[in-house]
Amino acid sequence: MKLKTFNIGGIHPPEHKLSASAAIQDAPLPKVAVVPLSQHLGAPAKVKVKRGEMVKVGTLLAKGEAFISANIHSPVSGKVAKIEPRVDSSGFRRESVVIEVQGDEWNEDIDTSNDIIKDIKLEKKDILQRIHDCGIVGLGGATFPSHVKYMIPEGRSVEFLIINGVECEPYITSDDQLMLEKGEEMMVGIRVMMKAAGVEKAIIGVENNKPKAIEHLRKIADQYQGISVEPLKVQYPQGGEKQLIDALIKRQIPAGKLPSDVGCVVNNVGTAFAIYEAVQKNKPLVERIVTVTGKTVKKPSNFKVRLGTPISDLLPLAECDMENTGKVINGGPMMGKALVALNAAVTKGTSAVLLIKKEESKRVTVQNCIRCGKCMSVCPMGLEPYLLSVIARQGENERCETERIMDCIECGSCVYTCPSGRPLLDNIRLGKANTGFMIRTRGRK
Amino acid sequence: MGLLTVSGSPHIHGGLSVKKLMWGVVIAMVPAMLASFYYFGLGAIKVTLVAVLSSVIFEYVITKFIMKEKPNLMDGSAVITGILLAFNVPSNLPIWIIIIGSLVAIGVAKMSFGGLGKNPFNPALVGRVFLLISFPVQMTSWPVVDKIFPMGLDAVTGPTPLAVVKEGIGNGEKMTDIMNQIPDYTQLFLGQSGGSLGEVSALLLLLGGIYMLYRKIITWHIPLSFLAAVVIFSGIFWLYDPNTYVDPIFHLVTGGMMLGVFFMATDMVTSPMTPKGQLVFGAGVGILTIIIRVWGAYPEGVSFAILLMNAVVPHLNNIFKPERFGEEVSHG
Amino acid sequence: MDNSIVSALIVLSAIGVLAAIILYFIAQKFKVIEDPKIDDVDEALPGANCGGCGYAGCRAFAESMVKAGTMEGFFCPVGGNDLMKSLAPILGVEAPEKAPQIAVLRCNGSVKNSIPKFEYDGDMTCSFTTSLTAGTGGCQFGCLGGGECVDACDFDAMYMDPETNLPVVKVNCVACNACVEACPRDILELRNRGPKEKRIFVACINAEKGPLSKQNCTVSCIGCKACVKVCNFDAIDVNNFLAYINYEACTLCRKCVEVCPTNAIHEISFKPRKPKADKKEKEEVRLVVK
Repeated sequence: MKLKTFNIGGIHPPEHKLSASAAIQDAPLPKVAVVPLSQHLGAPAKVKVKRGEMVKVGTLLAKGEAFISANIHSPVSGKVAKIEPRVDSSGFRRESVVIEVQGDEWNEDIDTSNDIIKDIKLEKKDILQRIHDCGIVGLGGATFPSHVKYMIPEGRSVEFLIINGVECEPYITSDDQLMLEKGEEMMVGIRVMMKAAGVEKAIIGVENNKPKAIEHLRKIADQYQGISVEPLKVQYPQGGEKQLIDALIKRQIPAGKLPSDVGCVVNNVGTAFAIYEAVQKNKPLVERIVTVTGKTVKKPSNFKVRLGTPISDLLPLAECDMENTGKVINGGPMMGKALVALNAAVTKGTSAVLLIKKEESKRVTVQNCIRCGKCMSVCPMGLEPYLLSVIARQGENERCETERIMDCIECGSCVYTCPSGRPLLDNIRLGKANTGFMIRTRGRK
Repeated sequence: MGLLTVSGSPHIHGGLSVKKLMWGVVIAMVPAMLASFYYFGLGAIKVTLVAVLSSVIFEYVITKFIMKEKPNLMDGSAVITGILLAFNVPSNLPIWIIIIGSLVAIGVAKMSFGGLGKNPFNPALVGRVFLLISFPVQMTSWPVVDKIFPMGLDAVTGPTPLAVVKEGIGNGEKMTDIMNQIPDYTQLFLGQSGGSLGEVSALLLLLGGIYMLYRKIITWHIPLSFLAAVVIFSGIFWLYDPNTYVDPIFHLVTGGMMLGVFFMATDMVTSPMTPKGQLVFGAGVGILTIIIRVWGAYPEGVSFAILLMNAVVPHLNNIFKPERFGEEVSHG
Repeated sequence: MDNSIVSALIVLSAIGVLAAIILYFIAQKFKVIEDPKIDDVDEALPGANCGGCGYAGCRAFAESMVKAGTMEGFFCPVGGNDLMKSLAPILGVEAPEKAPQIAVLRCNGSVKNSIPKFEYDGDMTCSFTTSLTAGTGGCQFGCLGGGECVDACDFDAMYMDPETNLPVVKVNCVACNACVEACPRDILELRNRGPKEKRIFVACINAEKGPLSKQNCTVSCIGCKACVKVCNFDAIDVNNFLAYINYEACTLCRKCVEVCPTNAIHEISFKPRKPKADKKEKEEVRLVVK
């Protein structure tokens, strides 16, 4: 049978799923947890605790008051030592709550047992409120606040709930392992989300390089009404929202529109699990699965990590050879961000910590563009990266807009294939920022 | 532990490089090159060596001393230009003419536009056409076979089949008579016709082309539409009047057709980027080739046709955009 | 034979006359009456079209100024006061006097003062780098060393110092504002040149608390207000832990320079002080005079 995949462009980088068979281990609690107030897309949350206050796991630290924002809860128990700017993974200082860890005491109303609660008691409205209260964001990497996704505009019906278990980035295995170990909980989570979105059908898209997960999910999916598992051809960037919808149900979201415009809501498998925990067990988002992997890691592993744990704490657990490491990435090799400081904290968006060998950490030498058109043929959005790169650099924002620079999903496929090693995406990002600014300020003049 | 490196994503590269692409093209040209050595002997080796060496040297000198940049000879693009230039000239061409050809190809057609990737026209073809116009006699007096390889077959001396046909039609001879003067198509296809170095064996050029398709150095769009246009366009005339017009197969197997189809029209720098644009480009080259071959002053039209179409590539790039994601909304 | 020449002559002449008439009427219809003063002013302007005056080019500047009929609010920084004075008779008004200015780099975070904490590999454009990282030294306010300001300079008045990785403004700066606009972090500022090129300014724009900024850079302003206390002319303000010297009020007394604990205040074109025995050697001041 021919496997489904998306239609335009795409690449297939070596998968390197080194930590594929590593069971999820609990990472030890940090001594000091640093919890940034902006771990999600949108406005930073407003801090609600004071210096010196004692907090438990699950205590609300900061409230997401803006429309697009998310609550932040204490991932540890202990004393709030400081509220000050701390260096985040990109080197910028961001307001963070620093907690000195004492013991591991959880809030009383959180169900910490291991029982799987399958019965969904809450109503649609309460489910949404619970998702909001527990500060759930998309755990695939974009960290978009989940409750906003389920606020479907009036008069628009959603037919499908699409669950993203693709994990198309090389190296990362956190979702794979989660599907294997917490499949049952995830299924309940998906039922919860189906109730919240009011849909009858849910499709879990999983790339075919995870046969165990597919088999496992298929086995248990029968018990849950309306959930199907769809194996997909391995191709990057299938985990992109638009690409996944195209691959699964052959609908393309028009430029500037949302998944709900084509009758879909898309969520990650990690989010499904987090929603299960939030709705069924009243547990806020305080921990997540992080893959620590790379060619210089002796024991590539998947850890369950409390948010706020410094990334440098995880490295010795996986026996990383830092001598030969030239680059540490927060996320996958294609879209992850290179870390500036290793003591940056694990946040809601940290799906992996990837170590790159020293020899491979530098970019290839830049040469002239030879107009081979390979960037264009791999672009999943059907854009012309070579052209966008040039006009973005020249500051032709108007033309950037008509050439649809804002459609770029920054997947990096163009740079990956470019034989001349040109920094296409760097230029396109610059162009996107400038063009976006131009579009936003246009109405005001 | 030294300092960590920080850069924007993506952090891995596919490993494809200009060098790999260019040397892939060189490998694809090797069979045809060896065949030319076999048929034309020492002369062919001399021409190839001179063309390649002079191209590389000109590129080095111009990059280093005029453009004041670090020369990057290993990318192989100058080697390709050299071999292609050699493929496009007779094996008995005087050395000094070849050197002038390289100078025009590298200096005028390539480096004056800013080097690799910035030239609008195929450098080797510009060199070839320059020589053809400047030294018509030397460029069209085809070689006597060098007898260094005694086991070699007798290659045809004198005019190329294309010239024979052109002249014949001009003199009002009958097509059947003209056809008797040239080798049959199998011979032409396998490689027994006089002409430039690279025109000798259509088969080996085809092999090289298939290798490049396999390595994904080129895509099928340009060769296919080029060949299809040649067959269809010349076919129409042949069906109309087989006595005045040659059949399409003759067009396919003679002259620089295969060389143009796989190695010169597909040059990345001077061909359009989008598949649609490439189809139009290929078709344009095909039609222009036949027009020149049938009505033009020169018996061979591939080089002129490609150069003419090179000139419209920027427009083709502007007109034919790739298929954008979400352009047409399909529900259900 | 003769006839054909004659008829040709007649026809051609007729076409010529007709064309002339049409041209005349079209020219009349689309005639634009332009003040001859605009041409005079335009001629006198430098013609660099740098945009330093705030207009699209020299011609636009001339047009707007002549139309306004005043020189108030118009100033060509390239030509300076001399040029403005020469333009005054054309318009028949008084030329406004403006202190000559120069672009000043308010950052001294060289590789020595702000030690790189990682290596940056990739596109070196400041406007892109600033969206990706805080900068190799760790300061999210300081110079990234990408040289976008140097690229923006039309007057060859800037260059990148390879040792410090900071841009340097040369004395031939015309204060056209191009570099100020090019800098994504607003580090460059136009300040008065001062008498004999003497200037005092705070070479830092870090608005973090002292302990934080000190982590990244040894010469950052920590907002200690020592300079404010010593200033007799109310020329220094401290906002967001950052001192700013008002060049209009500053009398170039140099007291603040002495008291600054991090050497963040720079003095330029002053004679060296009499050496004091225990005084630490002043941070090397990058002289603007070449």
